Amino acid sequence: MSLLSLQRLTKNFGGLTAVSSLSFDVQPGSIVGLIGPNGAGKTTVFNLITGIYLPDQGEIMFRQSSILGMRTHKIVSLGIARTFQTIRLFQNLSVLENVLAGCHCQMRSGVLSSMFHTRRQRLEEREALTRSVRALDFVGLRAQAGQLARNLSYGNQRLLELARALATGPQLLILDEPAGGMNEQETRRLVALISKLRDTGITVLLIEHDMTLVMRVCEKIVVLEYGSKIAEGSPETVKNDPKVIEAYLGTEKEW
Amino acid sequence: MIRQLKTIGIAAVLFACLPLFLNAYWIDVLNSVGMYAILGLSLNLIVGHTGLFNLGHAAFYAVGAYTAAILNTKFQIPVLLLLPVCGFAAGLFALIVSKPIIHLRGDYLCIVTIGVGEIVRIALINDVFGITGGSNGIFGISRPSLFGFVIRTPLEFFYLIWAFAAITVLLFHLLERSRFGRALNYLREDEVAAEGSGINTAHYKLASFVIGAAWAGMAGNLFAAKMTIISPDSFTFWESVVMFAIVILGGSGSIPGVLVGAFLIVGLPEVFREFANARMLVFGAAMMVMMVFRTQGLLPARPRPYAIPALPEGEGGE
Repeated sequence: MSLLSLQRLTKNFGGLTAVSSLSFDVQPGSIVGLIGPNGAGKTTVFNLITGIYLPDQGEIMFRQSSILGMRTHKIVSLGIARTFQTIRLFQNLSVLENVLAGCHCQMRSGVLSSMFHTRRQRLEEREALTRSVRALDFVGLRAQAGQLARNLSYGNQRLLELARALATGPQLLILDEPAGGMNEQETRRLVALISKLRDTGITVLLIEHDMTLVMRVCEKIVVLEYGSKIAEGSPETVKNDPKVIEAYLGTEKEW
Repeated sequence: MIRQLKTIGIAAVLFACLPLFLNAYWIDVLNSVGMYAILGLSLNLIVGHTGLFNLGHAAFYAVGAYTAAILNTKFQIPVLLLLPVCGFAAGLFALIVSKPIIHLRGDYLCIVTIGVGEIVRIALINDVFGITGGSNGIFGISRPSLFGFVIRTPLEFFYLIWAFAAITVLLFHLLERSRFGRALNYLREDEVAAEGSGINTAHYKLASFVIGAAWAGMAGNLFAAKMTIISPDSFTFWESVVMFAIVILGGSGSIPGVLVGAFLIVGLPEVFREFANARMLVFGAAMMVMMVFRTQGLLPARPRPYAIPALPEGEGGE
């Protein structure tokens, strides 16, 4: 039984078909990579899954029920968290508060209990703090908890986004180019983190241009070109698929 | 923390003794400052915390004031009993008008709120439903009374207004340091990221508008009780601009900032009276200088403090 299932998903922007009848499944506990040349529609797929765009056709099933047409925050609370290709942190807030944002959907206190700091509210607040610190600890940013997010290095900002996504308590984590802008050492740490995530039972779907990273961590790879799936399978199969080679390197005739 | 509370306590006691050394005129100036402090704090929730530009806040203030005036003069309900009713009326009005416009961004929202403010003012002048008294307004609003004690002198109003301001400060301070307050800030920083982190952005935008408006409505009630006469002249676009300036000049999202802003924007023109005709010029120039050299406001918001819990042994990663 798959955790996430895309069924014949199509999205048009005016005359451009960004995603065309795309289907694939993500099995629970796996790490799946979505790759393809620039403009292949990878980020659009992520935006469809997280409810930022509404597909023109097709169905998105998460844990056997449709999440089509749900608002993003609702999808997040169901258990799909994401990071962004261009870093989107709350730049003027502290690192800790950025992670607390992720805890928001698991908290209940409303306006009145917030205004009067009821017992339950204070208890909930303490729990959220603990969970946030744990998430920061996981990505190795605990020492920077009090800093402003904008003062972190680029690589650490990516990790902070990851921590924020983790704090939502996701079953499926969607990472949009998590290694973008990272140096080699930071990328190695990220690979270790992603594997560790999977070991804690979180399923990962990621877009990445760093092929060594993709080949190293992903169990299954889906290749997109012009919005359509051209290959799917283990890193080995995909690497040797003539269509994939053609998409990435061009055909022999062009040489 | 304890020291901070002590300082605030001492400052509050000193401030409460202040009227003993002032004549009725200056006490009345302080009352105005208090009114604008409450209005500024309510607008701060919308503009400072959520980052929604609202230049029509006087509309909600007006709805509160007129609710108090109409219910008091028509049905003789004691004015202070109407406080929650006024808050509810202004909040409900905000909910209805802001629901269709709340998704607008920055400057667009700003222009629409100016429109809302003007519509309300002109509706009041045109005597809508025949209950607002047209441009003459409503007079004969009864004095407020608290446990049988009737409040009439500026000195008595000083304590009423500033007690309400103190409650506002306390409640908004607690609200700021909560899940709710943080959610508003996430929204201001990056709406897409907030939604993507599981925050119902549409809900929180509306909630901040409604709570801010409800508080302005309660301020309207106090205003009606203080003046005993209200007319559309008190709720012009200029009023909204003054409230907006208090928030921006004092420091967006900062309660001490808004209080300082209220003292400066409402108090300074009174201090500058000796400059006679040049007083608004001096005041305007002072504001310009401040905004050029201190864009974040006089007392910008400080980061919230957190007691970071120690994790049990063996937990966490690296």
